[in-house]
Amino acid sequence: MDYLLTEEQKMIKDLAHKIAEEKIRPVAAIYDISEEYPWEVLKVMGESDMFGLFIPEEYGGFANSSMNLCLATEEFSRACGGIAVCYAASALGTIPIVLFGTDEQKKKYLPDLAKGKKVAAFAITEPEAGSDASGIKTTAKKEGNHYILNGLKHFITNGGDAETYVVIAMTDKTKGARGASAFIVEKGTSGFTFGKKEDKFGIRASSTRELIFTDCKIPAENLLAKEGMGFIVTMRTFDMSRPGVAAQALGIAQGALELAVKYVRERVQFGKPISSFQGIQWMLADMATEIEAARGLVYSTARMLDAGIKDVSKESAMAKMYASDVAMKVSIDALQLFGGYGYMKDYPIEKYVRDAKITQIYEGTNQVQRGIIGLKVIKEMAK
Amino acid sequence: MNIIVCIKQVPETTEVRINPETNTLMREGVKAIINPFDMYAIEEALRLKERFGGKISVVTMGPPQADQALREAISMGADEGYLVCDRAFAGSDTWATSYTLAGAIKKLGAFDLIICGKQASDGDTAQVGPGISTHLNIPQVTYVKKVEEATDKLMRLERMLEEGFEIIETPLPALLTVVKEINEPRIPSLKGLMRAKSAKITILTQKELDLDPQQIGLCGSPTQVVKIFTPAPRVGGQILKGEIPEMAKELVDLIKDEVN
Repeated sequence: MDYLLTEEQKMIKDLAHKIAEEKIRPVAAIYDISEEYPWEVLKVMGESDMFGLFIPEEYGGFANSSMNLCLATEEFSRACGGIAVCYAASALGTIPIVLFGTDEQKKKYLPDLAKGKKVAAFAITEPEAGSDASGIKTTAKKEGNHYILNGLKHFITNGGDAETYVVIAMTDKTKGARGASAFIVEKGTSGFTFGKKEDKFGIRASSTRELIFTDCKIPAENLLAKEGMGFIVTMRTFDMSRPGVAAQALGIAQGALELAVKYVRERVQFGKPISSFQGIQWMLADMATEIEAARGLVYSTARMLDAGIKDVSKESAMAKMYASDVAMKVSIDALQLFGGYGYMKDYPIEKYVRDAKITQIYEGTNQVQRGIIGLKVIKEMAK
Repeated sequence: MNIIVCIKQVPETTEVRINPETNTLMREGVKAIINPFDMYAIEEALRLKERFGGKISVVTMGPPQADQALREAISMGADEGYLVCDRAFAGSDTWATSYTLAGAIKKLGAFDLIICGKQASDGDTAQVGPGISTHLNIPQVTYVKKVEEATDKLMRLERMLEEGFEIIETPLPALLTVVKEINEPRIPSLKGLMRAKSAKITILTQKELDLDPQQIGLCGSPTQVVKIFTPAPRVGGQILKGEIPEMAKELVDLIKDEVN
């Protein structure tokens, strides 16, 4: 299928593909086992300007484009969903600064993030505030020219390895959702420490840690947007980043399909390659078609965002939900095509199943996405 | 430090087919890439430039489409690309190629260092680099695996041998050919790719270079390719069985038969 990419987009896709094949695929299994943070790979991505894809040119980036981010994330994820998420999670931590930062904040943080010298993270989730973000207990109290943060964030991707964090905390508990605010917190700030590192089912190259704030004092100028805008910052950030998660799912699905096709052409049973059997061909047909359908949704949503269309919540949710469901189904079917070998860790396909699962869960579970879509559909029809 | 890197565009495969009638490589349908050994030459030049500053000029001799190879080198960080291209240069062997490239390099002005890959993956001669240094009358150090020390006047290099290595000091300007152990070539940056797309590639023809017509192209090439062929695949040997004295006797008989 031709995706009608511009010359620039083709260049980005080709370069990301090269990085994926030469620098990510050879080490994917190693990081999956060791759970080390893949700094070596991220350094290459940085030197190749990949972290600049979601940062405007005036702050040292390449362009602020959702489509660029999707193309790169998809290619990286084809080779390793875990390494790709380190990249995508830095985008997630960077986007709120791009969208809501003052010129000073952008000048201070974006150039290093654009070059991959530092990575970012976004922190909203807490033990009792997952899908229900209004349950946030972390507080930020203003004292003179500072805010004092107290509380615990968990399941934070890039936690501990990132230098720059955007943290959502309550500045006024009495106002509920309107009492949340977003802050930039730097690693190394007194009172800001890291807790448990999670041992995960998949995406094991990425780090997931607790962030602990104990009377953590940050300058008042680190407030992002205004007090009370924490949830707006979050929602707008997720609208921008969800196509990125969708692209990650898409890449995992594509990577799994490619491995499966290669395998069924080589695997001989009953005297011929199993790719000659109709039962296998029909499975491949469904997998490939679903991937293209998902890609259509992801690219269309990214293009809407890049065209400056403001309300993309529904499309963003659709892209994330559908692509991640496809990733799960395709990776499971790909494993099936590998037969008994697919179940063994000697073969790379089981990792795709493990890496795919999280895409149905994070950045809003697919149940939450369906809620967003359902309400939006009803609202649109009622007009 | 002004560095010149000589590169060659080659087919992306080690299993090139040969046209049996013309005895030339069949390039159709095979993607063209920078000779893999030349990638190490480009990377080493970039590393030296990062340390000493200066300029990297990349030179190749080939057909018009070889400008893609120069653009790829620019995308990695090289500054300028020169394509030595003229029908008059066609059919050059390693002697004529190194003479022509040396002529082009003289045209580019003062330089401190020339770096080449140890050999091209298609011809495998390893003669053009040394040939250039001979035509330019500058020292050459081949099979360099490490730059130990470098100043603007002198370089101390580790040169790979079949068993071990030797350390060689050379004054500059000099020519090096490098082996793959020397570094790991970088992936280009997006900004580099953008720059390479619009970079100006200077084309040098016989008119600009004004070389001795007797030393260029087919007529300047002392090598004559009489025949190129793919050796027939070796047929499986014969394994003798039994006790050693019988096998020895059988072997002697077989050799006798073969000789007769």
